[in-house]
Amino acid sequence: MESRATRLALTVWSALVVLFLWIPLALIMVYAFNKSNVEGWPISGFTTHWFHAAWTSEVRTSLWLSVRVGLIATGLALVLGSMAAFGVARFRFFGREAVSFLLVLPIALPGIVTGIALNSAFVAGNINLSTWTIVTGHATFCVVVVYNNVLARLRRSSPSLIEASQDLGADGWQTFRFIVWPVLSTALVAGGLLAFALSFDEVIVTTFTAGAQNTLPLLILGYIRLGQQLPVVNVIAFAMILLTSIPVLLAQRLTRDTGVLRPGAAEVTEAVETAQATAY
Amino acid sequence: MATLAPTAADTEAAAGGAPAVRLTGIRRSYGAVVAVAGVDLAIGAGEFFTLLGPSGSGKTTTLRVIAGFERPDAGRVELQGVDVTHVAPSQRAVNTVFQDYALFPHMTVAENVEYGLRVKGMRRRDRRVRAETMLERVRLPGLGDRKPVQLSGGQRQRVALARAIVNGPPVLLLDEPLGALDLKLRQEMQIFLKALQQDLGITFVYVTHDQEEALTMSDRMAVFNEGRIEQVGTPADVYEHPQTEFVAGFVGVSNILEREGRRITIRPEKIRMSDEAAGEGEAGTIRSVVYVGMVTRYVVGLDSGGELVVVRQNLETSSQDALSEQGKRVRLSWRPEHTYEIGKEGT
Repeated sequence: MESRATRLALTVWSALVVLFLWIPLALIMVYAFNKSNVEGWPISGFTTHWFHAAWTSEVRTSLWLSVRVGLIATGLALVLGSMAAFGVARFRFFGREAVSFLLVLPIALPGIVTGIALNSAFVAGNINLSTWTIVTGHATFCVVVVYNNVLARLRRSSPSLIEASQDLGADGWQTFRFIVWPVLSTALVAGGLLAFALSFDEVIVTTFTAGAQNTLPLLILGYIRLGQQLPVVNVIAFAMILLTSIPVLLAQRLTRDTGVLRPGAAEVTEAVETAQATAY
Repeated sequence: MATLAPTAADTEAAAGGAPAVRLTGIRRSYGAVVAVAGVDLAIGAGEFFTLLGPSGSGKTTTLRVIAGFERPDAGRVELQGVDVTHVAPSQRAVNTVFQDYALFPHMTVAENVEYGLRVKGMRRRDRRVRAETMLERVRLPGLGDRKPVQLSGGQRQRVALARAIVNGPPVLLLDEPLGALDLKLRQEMQIFLKALQQDLGITFVYVTHDQEEALTMSDRMAVFNEGRIEQVGTPADVYEHPQTEFVAGFVGVSNILEREGRRITIRPEKIRMSDEAAGEGEAGTIRSVVYVGMVTRYVVGLDSGGELVVVRQNLETSSQDALSEQGKRVRLSWRPEHTYEIGKEGT
């Protein structure tokens, strides 16, 4: 049994950890409403002016580019990643282990290596840097994320599920619609969310694969480097914190749903957690 | 070659037509590994038929060939006299209870049971009723709204059973369905399954590696070894008249003696053990004694060569008495009609 002292110590400790995680975030969120364009504590006054100021065409263009790249890369990753996972999980073939290794390697490689390699390849192939080269760069790590999620799900679910469905008289389409899709969908959602999140805040690979265009992270980096528009950066950060809490809250809602830990929901939480772990 | 017991023909005649399942010359290999090396089998309608054998003997592959999950390299599969060798599993009039149950994890128990009716287009209300009836039949009333993860192993097993029989198949295939259950539950389920089969009046094809299970439940059984059938017959037949050394060893205790160039087998409970002074039977020494509660098992080394296992009921013996008999000189005797001559392995 835990004594009162241990309980107290644990509470204090947990509070400290939460504070440690949240103070910087809270600070930047407060700065988004700072009247002065110089960051200093305490803030000199309250304003929502920067929210208008941040909605410039430059920010909007970058945001739209980031969203587009994220969506396309995620879409590609969902198709390629789940196909690869199916192949590796269901068939034995020569070089199977090698495929797995080659697929997973890019996420372990430092982004700078991937970036330089892609850049050299594009130059050598006479390919102009564009939205599509960014998508290609992002797809290298997005595919892995989906692949890992789907593979884990396939390994955990009984291979006889499909046979059971056929045995009970279902045709191929019914088996896909009633069994394969529902069993895999949560793994795909989790993998997709994670892939999009990784793509959305990617800086290093993007630096080497983007031409004249700026994704949102590149734009922020540029602002900070020049020391200008810092209040705008704070506003963007504020928006991002709110946006990224949505999938996390969603995951927790799913877990609470029936009082039973649904396998899919657990995987979303898991994915969100590993996102933060593997991103840097 | 596979052996067709004479009773197969009788059953066929009794059923008034083609057997429920007929396999002819089935072969299946995976690369260099031959899983099934020529199996011929006829299973009568309404039979509880067991495929018994050690792991890797081809019994599960044979079951999967009947279900349609495996295409045989050679041979023919007939269900009720119709050739279904090239028919997809979904179009065959059989249903399967899988070893790992293969319950759909994202569906409730009721949805699992309804699945076969749903894909056939039965209306929701009708199939709800049918599913609930089935759940009552497998003694799981009112559990329809649970998810499979919320059930115990024994309950999942019965859901898998309900899901298969709700479709009213003339043949039910069961792949080691009790393998994951503990002993007590397994014995309960053996009785339950046997009763269910008689109640439904359909053919059960049951795969197991447990010889006791096979002997308890089957009307007839086929003993598999290395992709072939060694013997087909009723449990009593197979137990008392093993035709090969493998069957003698796998079903029951291997008790084989070589006398005058003949190899004979005697079941342990058919041997009478008496004092050496009795002067009747073969002399030997008790080498080891194992007290197993209801009975005591003795291993007796015979002076004229060979070793026999003898089982005696602990009618008046305590464990102390039994264990003190080690090293004692005894005589073993048996009636000639309880010995069976067997061929050499593989003949």
